[in-house]
Amino acid sequence: MQNKMVVSDIEREFIDLYKENRSMFEAKTSAPVNEVRKSGIRDFERLGIPGKKDENYKNTPLQPIFRNGYRKYIEQKMVEFNLANVFQCDIPTLDTHMVLLVNGFFDKKNGDFLKELPSGIIIGSLAAASHEYPELFEKHYGKYASHKDGLVALNSAFAQDGIFLYVPEGSVYKKPIQIVNLVMAKEDIMVQHRNLIIVEKNAEAGVIICDHAMTPYKFLTNSVTEIYTAENAFFDYVRVQNEHNNGVQFSHIFVNQEANSNMTSNIMTLHGGVVRNNVNVLLNGEGAENNSYGLYLVDRKQHVDNYIYIDHAKPNCISNQLYKGVLDDSATGAFNGRILVRKDSQKTHAFQANNNILLTDNAKINTKPQLEIYADDVKCSHGATVGQLDGEALFYMRSRGIPEKEARLIMMFAFAHEIIGNVKTEALLNRINDLVDKRLKGELSPCDNCAMKCY
Amino acid sequence: MNSMLSIKDLRASIEDKEILKGITLEVKEGEVHAIMGPNGSGKSTLASLVAGKELADVTGGSITYLGKNLFDLNPEERSKAGIFLGFQYPTEIPGVTMVNFLKTALNEHRKHKGLEPLSAKDFLKLLREKKDMVEIDSKLTNRSVNAGFSGGEKKKNEIFQMAMLEPKLAILDETDSGLDIDALKIVANGVNKLKRKDNATIIITHYQRLLDYIIPDYVHVLFDGRIVKSGGKELALKLEEKGYEWIRNQVNGN
Repeated sequence: MQNKMVVSDIEREFIDLYKENRSMFEAKTSAPVNEVRKSGIRDFERLGIPGKKDENYKNTPLQPIFRNGYRKYIEQKMVEFNLANVFQCDIPTLDTHMVLLVNGFFDKKNGDFLKELPSGIIIGSLAAASHEYPELFEKHYGKYASHKDGLVALNSAFAQDGIFLYVPEGSVYKKPIQIVNLVMAKEDIMVQHRNLIIVEKNAEAGVIICDHAMTPYKFLTNSVTEIYTAENAFFDYVRVQNEHNNGVQFSHIFVNQEANSNMTSNIMTLHGGVVRNNVNVLLNGEGAENNSYGLYLVDRKQHVDNYIYIDHAKPNCISNQLYKGVLDDSATGAFNGRILVRKDSQKTHAFQANNNILLTDNAKINTKPQLEIYADDVKCSHGATVGQLDGEALFYMRSRGIPEKEARLIMMFAFAHEIIGNVKTEALLNRINDLVDKRLKGELSPCDNCAMKCY
Repeated sequence: MNSMLSIKDLRASIEDKEILKGITLEVKEGEVHAIMGPNGSGKSTLASLVAGKELADVTGGSITYLGKNLFDLNPEERSKAGIFLGFQYPTEIPGVTMVNFLKTALNEHRKHKGLEPLSAKDFLKLLREKKDMVEIDSKLTNRSVNAGFSGGEKKKNEIFQMAMLEPKLAILDETDSGLDIDALKIVANGVNKLKRKDNATIIITHYQRLLDYIIPDYVHVLFDGRIVKSGGKELALKLEEKGYEWIRNQVNGN
């Protein structure tokens, strides 16, 4: 490992802040979290914030973002708000169990710190759970999130709270669990929550995550989520990122799948200033299947960068990656899809596709497939497309009386639907369809959903 | 009879190559015209110019439709004004279902006429009626527009859309190409059923075959960007018998 010689003032500030508040952090969480915390700060000191030369962040320079001087939100402050009025990610007909994070901390307004749902599922605050279930944390916490990325190490060092979800063996919970990440402040802030999701053998559950901002100010979220799916487990992860142009979000998801488990992630970025999604999947048992889907609809100067890494560590696993994007105005995007098939991972099926529509000459996408295959009996494919809307199809629709603008919308919607259609909960699907439709029509102004009209 | 379409000395070029070299054609309400001609004679260019596709640059002449300069209307306005082009190669639009596509198109037409959108129930009723008329497979309407349709299904789908939109002027560009005899009869049957006193049809075709089922009032032969011969339905038979060589020789004065 390389040692970073120079520590920048931004990095120094984090390190000092850590030292000053270490005892407060440690009091919040139990020993297994604090152990990872120690290695987190060590690794961050060594790695720092990924720089210009870091290949993985080539398309999303981080230093200028961090230089903004966000106030680090390390102490939970009670924010007064009326949940019914301000919480905008609601889906009226959707029957979910909902939990809320405000600025990275579990908010009790919508339920106890830890709640047991039917069939023994436990949902609640990560901090509370770390004290309540130290043995689970001992086994899983920090075991999947790799500190190779300085941002992940930074999260480990500062992690205080987030969502904890435990689905016990054999438990099947059909009702989706909705997690709302709300950023709400009266100044520029940085939040870092940490989530842990454990789905035990033969269990089945799904989460819907809504990232939402209610602040006119700039904010930066650097979150880490670890997901463990045991043998035969089934887990569905849907995420709707709907923030605003001043928002920066770095989301690191680490998935460990055991044999015959099935996990689908579907990350839809409808709005955000700078969004970077890192999805790291380790297929760690034979017969595991992973589907990683994503959609990004960006305009103005928004930037979305998706990095998907699927590690076929065991034979007979299946992975599908499909990311699609529509980029308008001067929006920019990047897609990096990496597939690693290890030497003994025979009979691997790994597929990857990234399709993009650029609506203007100024919109830009960098797409890069990376396949590393060390086994010889595998089926792998990848493909990337970048194009405009099909002129022939547009004319065909217009020749039937459909106005050009409408025809374009229909086509964009059809393009996006291939991703949205994977959402299994019908009420959510309808809601997302509606959001995407509005988004494409330009009716969903950045803060349309936001009471503060801060744009 | 009222004039519907009046093309006068129309000239058009694609990249400096003159494709249409002065076409003049009058189509009145209630008439069926057939335009025949060998490949590359400009038939499809003519059809696409009427529908509004900017395939070729118009360099001279005019097209008047129901008294209006057609070049002032964009493709969707032409459609709503009653012009329908049956495509030679219907476009596949993956992800857009036939039902959604037709409903959107139909309601745009209704809006243009100052009518309310059709209720879901009435729309489905209409869809069923027209489906039966053109004998199109029921399942096709639940699929994406033309995606994965066979050649015959695509052509039947054009007639189906025509039935749904009830145009005043239909231009069928080589709708017969690639059809077996059964599909050809269905297509012809559909066109005949849709014929009214106040609408008109232009059939563009290479072969006489379709004209056994749709009887034209006028037949025009398009050759090298010009209409070189016009006549009644017997002209189509003569062409079939003597081939385009006969026209070529006449034009070249042999």
